[in-house]
Amino acid sequence: MFEKALTGTRNYFAWLIFLLVFIGIGFACYLYQYQEGLGITGMGRDVSWGFYIAQFTFLVGVAASAVMLVLPYYLHDVKVFGKITILGEFLAIASVVMCILFVTVDVGYPNRLLNLILYPSPNSILFWDFIVLNVYLLLNLLIGWNVLTAERKAVAPPTWVKPLIYLSIPWAISIHTVTAFLYAGMPGRHFWLTAIMAVRFLGSAFAAGPALLILLALLLKRLTPFDAGQEALNKLRNIITYAMLASIFFVLLEIFTAFYSNIPGHKHAFQYLFFGLEGHGKYVAWTWISVVAGIGAAFLLLLPITRKNNAWLVAACIGVFGSLWIEKGLTLVVTGFVPSPLEHITEYAPTLPEIFIALGIWATGFLVLTLLYKIALSVKLDPNSASIH
Amino acid sequence: MGINRREFLRISGIASLWGLGGRAAFEILKPGVLEAQTREPLSKAKKWAMVIDTRKFKGEEDFQRCVDACIKAHNIPKVTNVRQEIKWIWKEQYENAFPDDQNQFLPEGMEHKPFLVLCNHCTNPPCVRVCPTQATFKRPDGIVMMDYHRCIGCRFCMAGCPYGSRSFNWRDPRKFIKENTNLEYPTRSKGVVEKCNFCEERIAKGLYPACVEASNGAMAFGDLDNPNSEVRKLLKENYSIRRKPSLGTQPNIYYLV
Repeated sequence: MFEKALTGTRNYFAWLIFLLVFIGIGFACYLYQYQEGLGITGMGRDVSWGFYIAQFTFLVGVAASAVMLVLPYYLHDVKVFGKITILGEFLAIASVVMCILFVTVDVGYPNRLLNLILYPSPNSILFWDFIVLNVYLLLNLLIGWNVLTAERKAVAPPTWVKPLIYLSIPWAISIHTVTAFLYAGMPGRHFWLTAIMAVRFLGSAFAAGPALLILLALLLKRLTPFDAGQEALNKLRNIITYAMLASIFFVLLEIFTAFYSNIPGHKHAFQYLFFGLEGHGKYVAWTWISVVAGIGAAFLLLLPITRKNNAWLVAACIGVFGSLWIEKGLTLVVTGFVPSPLEHITEYAPTLPEIFIALGIWATGFLVLTLLYKIALSVKLDPNSASIH
Repeated sequence: MGINRREFLRISGIASLWGLGGRAAFEILKPGVLEAQTREPLSKAKKWAMVIDTRKFKGEEDFQRCVDACIKAHNIPKVTNVRQEIKWIWKEQYENAFPDDQNQFLPEGMEHKPFLVLCNHCTNPPCVRVCPTQATFKRPDGIVMMDYHRCIGCRFCMAGCPYGSRSFNWRDPRKFIKENTNLEYPTRSKGVVEKCNFCEERIAKGLYPACVEASNGAMAFGDLDNPNSEVRKLLKENYSIRRKPSLGTQPNIYYLV
């Protein structure tokens, strides 16, 4: 089936080459980082995780969001998702690949990564994250590939796939829960030490992931004969609407607790984000962009005039995705380190090589996604493969 | 080729005899420096702790002596980029070391008074809890240790430490070791985390930690489980404070103020 990814239009290959260029630049920057150490990044003893771990966190959410297609389709028989469930699963695969790469470039001694398995430490959340992410990757590979192969042969998928599909539903929840636990269990990091971190993560994931999926589906409709179907998009839009409103609600809950309790440590992070702290406010503008984009998108998704219009839907999805990327892929990790345990304020900004490495990984993810989608669409659009949908 | 059984037994017998004799000779020629110095068997402690009498730190040089002794003992690189410094023991102002204890009115000079801070060798160390490879672990005697050869550099421990006591080698530290390398202690490689080890390599030889030794009696070190130890005596006779006790980490560094 993979051979289907090797043929395509000029534009298809131009896009692949475009991605390869970014992958190449990113890889070159990584070699530089590998040689010099993580000192080439903007991180330091105060802000010891940065852009990489933030991207990782955001993308775990995108990966988990596949469940928003799998669950309705397989548990509630929402047939309109039948056509695009594979797109969600393949998006999950590409996202997990990016997650693994982002963790890999963030560790100081990548040659020793296998120590995670050689000295398993059940007390460490990172150990569990390593396990749940890799199993989730495996689940989606097995499910996606077998379902697609079956579709190509116009037969039902093998029976052993069904239990795996059901397993993948709680498993998707688990990857983001465990990722939230990386943060939510640390004493002295007030911004992260919140019991709703996991649901906050899931809420924003179930908005950002499907928003990306709508954008991808509309892009595919424009570039290929594949049409996800308006009804499927509308259902996804509803999911995004609820998830986005829940996300905003969760952030408001955090703000209430911090400011009504009036505990300085709990307020500091939010003050830093929204207004700046003691003259330091690198992320104030970003935060407000995120707020305006998020609330704006929520209105676009709610108002009767805009919610039924695909042009507005695109704007809303970009707003949702952008807003939540800023929240989770930029500020959430950094702000947890501000102020430092010694109450110093050290600001962080990624360096150029750091950004290029991150771009290279995003490009790798999109490369994986492109190849997988190409295969999926080739099967779905092949007149010889009697599509069951 | 090879040796027969008889020869093997002969050689191994001699070797083990020599080994045992060597050890015995060592014990006779160089008896526990430790016991002589402290009157308590350092190596048998159940729970190491340190008491820092901040009243005895008068001037800049009192702090610097302790810090320098540590730098020298452990080949700590002097990284030029302040943001990526390596620090095992260093000076912080009261307001930074004890951010939860900020009275509006403090004794004169207290707010900005310098305090030595280091790894607290917590009884419940969050860094050990979060480490995914057990590269950082707690010894039975309470020392929170780092295995530089197992650490993958994920820096989870740095996020977990509520005291900012851990440093990461953002670059090759060997480039930043200006003075003569102390061959008694390993230098580290880039990409691993390090921190104060309570001078476990000195304790094993029966010596006090380098900073304690350099402090001219301003710092005490001993077994918290031994009611007759110096640290216990000091804690009995003086009011002491610890950093962020509300977090439940149970720091083993006590400050007399």
